[in-house]
Amino acid sequence: GEGGGGWKAAMRVVVGIKRVIDYAAKIRVKPDGSGVDTANVKMSMNPFCEIAVEEAVRLKEKGLAKEVIAVSMGPQASQDTIRTALAMGADRGVHVLTDAKLQPLSIAKLFKSIVQREDPKIVLLGKQAIDDDCNQTGQMLAAIMDWSQGTFASQVAVADCQERVSVTREVDGGLETLSLKLPAVITTDLRLNEPRYATLPNIMKAKKKKIEKLTPEELGVDVSSQIEVLSVREPQARVGGKVLESVDELVDKLKNEAGVL
Amino acid sequence: AGAGAERRSGKELTKVGSSGGEMWSRTLLKSLRGARQSSQQSGERSLGTLCIVEAKDGAGGLDSASKATLACAQKHLPKPFVALVASDAKGASEAAAGEIASLAGVETVLHGVSDKEGANGLLAEPLSQVVAALVGKLEPTHVVTGSNTFGKNLLPRVAALLDSAPITDVVQVVDESTFVRPIYAGNALSTVKFVGKGPLLLSVRTTAFGSEALETAQGAGAEVASVGAEEVAAGAAAEALSEWVGEEKSESERPQLDAARVVVSGGRALKSKENFEMLEKLADQLGGALGASRAAVDAGMCSNDLQVGQTGKVVAPELYLAIGISGAIQHLAGMKDSKTIVAINKDPEAPIFKVADYGLVGDLFKIIPELAEKLPSQK
Repeated sequence: GEGGGGWKAAMRVVVGIKRVIDYAAKIRVKPDGSGVDTANVKMSMNPFCEIAVEEAVRLKEKGLAKEVIAVSMGPQASQDTIRTALAMGADRGVHVLTDAKLQPLSIAKLFKSIVQREDPKIVLLGKQAIDDDCNQTGQMLAAIMDWSQGTFASQVAVADCQERVSVTREVDGGLETLSLKLPAVITTDLRLNEPRYATLPNIMKAKKKKIEKLTPEELGVDVSSQIEVLSVREPQARVGGKVLESVDELVDKLKNEAGVL
Repeated sequence: AGAGAERRSGKELTKVGSSGGEMWSRTLLKSLRGARQSSQQSGERSLGTLCIVEAKDGAGGLDSASKATLACAQKHLPKPFVALVASDAKGASEAAAGEIASLAGVETVLHGVSDKEGANGLLAEPLSQVVAALVGKLEPTHVVTGSNTFGKNLLPRVAALLDSAPITDVVQVVDESTFVRPIYAGNALSTVKFVGKGPLLLSVRTTAFGSEALETAQGAGAEVASVGAEEVAAGAAAEALSEWVGEEKSESERPQLDAARVVVSGGRALKSKENFEMLEKLADQLGGALGASRAAVDAGMCSNDLQVGQTGKVVAPELYLAIGISGAIQHLAGMKDSKTIVAINKDPEAPIFKVADYGLVGDLFKIIPELAEKLPSQK
């Protein structure tokens, strides 16, 4: 970084990533109703988190960010997910090691500690994890940091001055564009970008990148839950119907059997 | 400061109903404050539920998410309830407030917190502070909003300000602290219990509560009042954080997707935007709404607000026509509670046929025109 005219890439970006059951895997509820069976099931980076990592790496490639830090909270296996993010282009990782079942409010508090240590201008998170489908963490982090929030982002554009970011969001009625003061928490939606595959050379390079290990205790965060899961069950299965022979038959069934016409 | 606030609130009260209204409303505020003071002493909360609803300008009344929120509060959550109307336009918030005031179980309807130009007032940063301040003043046991993009954006922010873990996307209320919510794209249902100190914040899925009819009150309606100046002031500092720049809305005469009786939904097999317009004619013929799979939206065939699925809209119409949609888990998550599902696809192995009540295997470009011809017009 030299002095002189224009703005330099000074921003640090923190990306949160979660290890979840792969989106294509079949979900099985444990017979005792205590939860979903994750044993011997393929695990992957949450798809929305992949989009977040991709967006962060693109900010670096555009010269707007100087460093991308991938953060994950969870058991030992979360390391694999961080390695994937490093292979996609993140510079270093932080792993908050815990076997506790974390809920969004606890995660937001853990993120707050990380953010206070790393001092990023943007925190990118997936809008929701495809396991719990909560869609809460980003908004909560923004609240406890007293930062702006741009949720369900389909487009992100950092302003030249690097003090604001324009976020286009997918909302119920269509698209909405906000201008946010930095620092900001942005949560990613499906169409923000198409994440890259980690190439083999990058996977090898990623092995040399650093992953710092921390614990909730070291960060001074109480991760006990205010919500207890009492039971998990499968929804009532929908019984498939019949394949018909003609449009005439369909119209007849809809009128006279289903009574919807 | 206390006395000052009382005077300011008194001035902002609007009269609703008979001339006895003004005196009644001052008495109401006094009793709410009195109740709060005594509850602070006893440690109990005085109000039942705070409902947060959104009234958008030009929407023509309460939207389906707001109605579902009010229905849930009315039927399943502690009464009485106070409704807060957030809006981007004064006219819309006043009209909505008037509509809510006639419902059974409502004690007060508050509005005017966010009637600002250009939808600034619905931004989460200031609004969440106002709601948190209101919660501090009214001390409800429960706070409820809809699980639409407004509620999803706002509620977790409010919850974090109050250090209370929210329960989002609720599909069933078991009791006042126990709820059922879908996980894993609706492939599992989780029954959870809130064990925090409260208040309990929740958001409710429109399709789970939207069909419960709202009960009107016997006798005089509830008090309609402006949100107190103190609460509005709580949001002032946060206004600097974000600015509304613009929007791209799909204007349509068709019914709203999450409230429509019929949904005609298209997938990747439609191939182009022009072909997608073929479905528009079918939707109009049936008086229904248009929907789409993620693949169709990604391919640019239609706008994002049509997407039905795990991360898009969840619908449960009387009739759902899945046209050229394969039936991926993530799509099923958004429509498997529809009463009747029809699948039209050229692949007999498509997973959609496993959930469809009626299926037609064939070329949709032949089937749809024939269907349009033979379906009675519902208009």
